Amino acid sequence: MSKRDSEARVPLFHLSKRASIEPWKAWLIRVAAVALGLIVCGLVAFLLIEKLQQKPEKIGEFYYTFIKGAFGTTRKFWRFLKNLAVLLCISLALTPAFRMRFWNIGGEGQTLIGVLSAIAVDFYLGGKIPEWILLILMLIAALAAGAAWGVIPALFRAKWGTNETLFTLMMNYVATYLVAYFLVIWVPSGSSSLGKLKNGKLPVIGNENVLIIIVVLLVTAALYIYLSYTKHGYEINVVGESVRTARYVGIKVNRVIIRTMILSGALCGLAGYLIAAGSDQTVTTTSAGGQGFTGILVAWLGKFNPLFMILTAALIQLLNQGANQISQDFGVNNALPNVIVGIILFFVIGCEFFINYEVHFRGHHPEKGAVK
Amino acid sequence: MEKQLALEMRGITKRFGNVVANRNVDLDLYRGEILAVLGENGCGKTTLMNMLAGIYFPDEGTIRINGKEVVIQSPKDAFAHGIGMIHQHFKLVDLFTAAENIVLGVHQEGRYNIREINAEVAKIADRYGFHLDPAKKVYNMSVSEKQTVEIIKVLYRGADILILDEPTAVLTPQEITRLFSVLRRMKEDGKSIIIITHKLNEVMEVSDRVAILRRGEHIATVNTKETDEARLTEMMVGKKVLLNIERLNPVNPVPRLEVKGLNLYSSEGVHVLKDITFSANGGEILGIAGIAGSGQRELLEAISGLQPLESGSIIFNNPKKDQPVTFYHKSLKRVKELGAQDAFHDRNMNPVSFAGMNNKAIRKWVDSGGVLFREDEVMNLRDKTPLEIRQLGVHLSFVPEDRLGMGLVGSMGITDNMMLRSYRKGPAGFLDRKKPKALAEEIIGDLEVVTPGVNTPVRRLSGGNVQKVLVGREIAYTPKVLMAAYPVRGLDINSSYTIYNLLNKQKARGVAVIFVGEDLDVLLELCDRILVMNNGAVSGIVDARTATKEEIGLLMTGTERKEEDHEQA
Repeated sequence: MSKRDSEARVPLFHLSKRASIEPWKAWLIRVAAVALGLIVCGLVAFLLIEKLQQKPEKIGEFYYTFIKGAFGTTRKFWRFLKNLAVLLCISLALTPAFRMRFWNIGGEGQTLIGVLSAIAVDFYLGGKIPEWILLILMLIAALAAGAAWGVIPALFRAKWGTNETLFTLMMNYVATYLVAYFLVIWVPSGSSSLGKLKNGKLPVIGNENVLIIIVVLLVTAALYIYLSYTKHGYEINVVGESVRTARYVGIKVNRVIIRTMILSGALCGLAGYLIAAGSDQTVTTTSAGGQGFTGILVAWLGKFNPLFMILTAALIQLLNQGANQISQDFGVNNALPNVIVGIILFFVIGCEFFINYEVHFRGHHPEKGAVK
Repeated sequence: MEKQLALEMRGITKRFGNVVANRNVDLDLYRGEILAVLGENGCGKTTLMNMLAGIYFPDEGTIRINGKEVVIQSPKDAFAHGIGMIHQHFKLVDLFTAAENIVLGVHQEGRYNIREINAEVAKIADRYGFHLDPAKKVYNMSVSEKQTVEIIKVLYRGADILILDEPTAVLTPQEITRLFSVLRRMKEDGKSIIIITHKLNEVMEVSDRVAILRRGEHIATVNTKETDEARLTEMMVGKKVLLNIERLNPVNPVPRLEVKGLNLYSSEGVHVLKDITFSANGGEILGIAGIAGSGQRELLEAISGLQPLESGSIIFNNPKKDQPVTFYHKSLKRVKELGAQDAFHDRNMNPVSFAGMNNKAIRKWVDSGGVLFREDEVMNLRDKTPLEIRQLGVHLSFVPEDRLGMGLVGSMGITDNMMLRSYRKGPAGFLDRKKPKALAEEIIGDLEVVTPGVNTPVRRLSGGNVQKVLVGREIAYTPKVLMAAYPVRGLDINSSYTIYNLLNKQKARGVAVIFVGEDLDVLLELCDRILVMNNGAVSGIVDARTATKEEIGLLMTGTERKEEDHEQA
């Protein structure tokens, strides 16, 4: 048999798991992925946007629009920071649960129920009690509701071993329909949505976004410390890595899960409070706006490190606002920006694979000059 | 007899990260023969076979079938080349019948006719002497029947090369006999069979040739007729070396741990520990020998509070009568508890009461040595969780078999792993990493752990270094009882000796050491007494200084009669 013959049937490449990778190499892969993603975006945009086809020189403007969406004006920039803060808050809330390998897909519902509870307090008590007491009651209601939404799946899992992914996901729907139910009660007939309530608005420092940003920054720092330097955080990490190790050293696994889900849910509730009292003063079924799911992405990309997650949340928020700007400036519908965000995320997430795995091409032998 | 090569593997290498599972392995298989692949746990037998079955793809090397070079990228490729593997864990659909499982995934021309398939399955079963009802549902089947379905499945697909991964592990002796007779018939029919096992008697009984793997490398292939169990063992475990492990004479051993009538059922309802009774003495190393899976792991886990017992007691003795209490093993909280139970007296034999004293005053009194135990401490650890055992002040160290999955946290550095036992100490809420870091550095220095730093994830360290970290931590906990399960498995000679020395030091300190081992040479040279387990029961306890390997080997594979003897004794 000729050599060529046998080579032809050897697969073109195969994969093997890397033992380790130098940090600079990993970052090079990530940067390359973003660059590649942007190039592919440009190509797709060129194929789909008529304006671009007529004036190919506008491709530079296309990329510039991304930045403009978030940084174009002072107002846009503040909005960027505020949205970033709320998204980050939800991502932070999910982080302890995910570190524990408790797949909390219910951030959306936990946030929404937080909004609903805060608005409920506002709706019934607004104007009847001093504003500062109202705000505190709203906060307590949001935290408690979020915590309850988080702890119910944890209790079921601890007691009966139910699957937390499905459970938390279902809790999202319960929250959504609870909102719909209350809207029917609250909204006077003839009107389609609950208008902005007069009371229950967070005090304005500088502008209305600053307080939200400060709160989330404090939560970020606190959560970082909690996860890295406290006994609770340590227990979360041990349980996440190996339940058997946790049992072996006498950690009560169920207690840790329940405790952590109360925290996770309560932080989602806090995000809901920030949405309710910080900006919206009302509730709709989409008050959380899918951020409970986007938050999962942020947390995952940030490797569940709160400090790192500031960057990933900023990236996601930048993409979102940039994509919206594109749909405005180039006169295309709302779907295209989502395609663009999807493409870039595909590359960003996909590149992790090449950080974890090494590709061997045919004829290449790993021991020659490869990583040890 | 003319022998035709059915399969040749040349220079096969497979790595998982920095672990080499197979290194440059050559293997030949002839038509119409049974080849046993023999090796210890974790020597790469299954990995090697998985590369034939298309589960893994080799990093290097070539595979030839009937003289032609082939590339096997998927189980489908493997079937196309006539290779079928029967995995240790069956891959069957419970709700389907035997025949349905057998044809699942086979693409054939024509209509699906279950009656024809049933007939064909029955024909294959008859031909080789299987007993199987093709219409029986899998969930109604015994383990051995399921195995039969798996075997017929690969035969139905026209496999000429059958690979069986530890097929006898789940079978009764009668079923094993039947399986072997079936294998012989298939051999006569011209099939080539590879059987993965680490049981020597089965190798001798059924195989024509034996290929021995050790640590991922192919050591030799020999004709079964020309060898014997002793020589195979030697090849499997390496050259018989005089180990020269130091063994000190026990210094006034005291009964430390008394296990009585321990019974344990697994969550599947299997009786895994049967009436276990023994005692472990302080200042002595008690070895535990037995075939893998005879209940060793469950026994150690039961003692450390990780398994809910059916019956029995685990008595921990602390002969402290008239001796001072220390904070060495007891927390202040525990001392106060015991004080309230009137467990102490002072130097003048007057009862001790801490009523009305603040913590500082209590500490001072205890530290001065003025608080003495009234009686020896005797505690039953049964039904206590690991945490409760610790809170009682019982220092029980346990080096589990699964180092990274149970003893350590792979993604954490040495410092954070040191904290696993002690992180609850220190100020409320926050972790104190100072002492664990100092301990980590001490262990790295003392035990010559090779690591880039105290924060490098322990998963990245080599097996020997991982074990040093684990044993180091467990010893730093100043145990009264130290249990170690297979502490030298996978370690090189030097690391192994480091571990032996550590165990010996603990013995000299008066610790009751329990050592679960698989290498009989080591057990015989290191231990003072050896408890032999067989099928979840104690089949004998022998003096390691006088016992022979044969004696222990017989106890390990002990028969019913021996168990009765033991009960009478």
